[in-house]
Amino acid sequence: MKATVLIRPKEGILDPQGEAVGEALRTLGFAVTSARVGRLVDVELETDDPVEAGAALDSMARDLLANPLIESFTIEIGTET
Amino acid sequence: MIDAPRIAVVTFPGSNDDGDAMLALELLGAEPVRAWHADAALPDGTAGVVLPGGFSFGDYLRCGAIARFAPVMEAVGSFAASGGPVLGICNGFQILCEAGLLPGVLRLNRQQQFICADVTITVESTSSAFAETWKVGQELVIPIKHGEGNWYGGADLIAALEERGQIAFRYTEDVNGAVGRIAGVTNEAGNVLGLMPHPEHAVDELLGPMGGVPVLGGLIEATRAATAAG
Repeated sequence: MKATVLIRPKEGILDPQGEAVGEALRTLGFAVTSARVGRLVDVELETDDPVEAGAALDSMARDLLANPLIESFTIEIGTET
Repeated sequence: MIDAPRIAVVTFPGSNDDGDAMLALELLGAEPVRAWHADAALPDGTAGVVLPGGFSFGDYLRCGAIARFAPVMEAVGSFAASGGPVLGICNGFQILCEAGLLPGVLRLNRQQQFICADVTITVESTSSAFAETWKVGQELVIPIKHGEGNWYGGADLIAALEERGQIAFRYTEDVNGAVGRIAGVTNEAGNVLGLMPHPEHAVDELLGPMGGVPVLGGLIEATRAATAAG
């Protein structure tokens, strides 16, 4: 089954990349007050069991995909890409 | 006492300061040996470990995030847990943070630029195994060259680190946005040290500043002390 892990810089954590993007958008004339840049990982799992997939994805996000000190993550299971 | 302690320098795919680390360690009287990321064990007789600078695994995902799962890191973790001295330089520091062997995390520099410059750092604590010859307030000039050197830890973590003397070095000026100008930290036991500046590039007068000598010398002294004790 397919799933998506969305990783974001935690609120209040400095995000230089997001600041650069926000600045670029303002330079282009867009009325942007803030931009934050995260990361999206599409995963295809062997299992078809959403519970098993959810547990595995949670471990993946905690162990490798996100650093809990500075990033939060959300998991969407069964997404079509 | 061992005259020339054997210090393993680990090469990951994308490491590029492993050669300089070997040269510098040899110059300062150690016996450097190469270790490979895919090795399950450290070389026989390893008395100290250096995780060198570079861009392990292309810095993909986050700096150090993939390298920390390299097979050799399990051996490095056991070595550190048994009191063996481990030094992480730049990317090596990032790997040790991702591995949980050192506190905090290194973020993108605040100015969103790769910085290459000689910087001055001060010794903040002499409570680690590396600090035999260091003095609090001592200034060292060492080059930095990094895009992600902006150390971060929460206020509670920093307070705990300060209390336990785990903040080894601070920059004298804000160079990359690092919280508290922190340039290097140790683990609680004091046998694992990570720093963003490159001591291996500051051991030869011909090439500039000499601030790397006390840092790498501290590692060599720590290996001697650990070997004598262990």
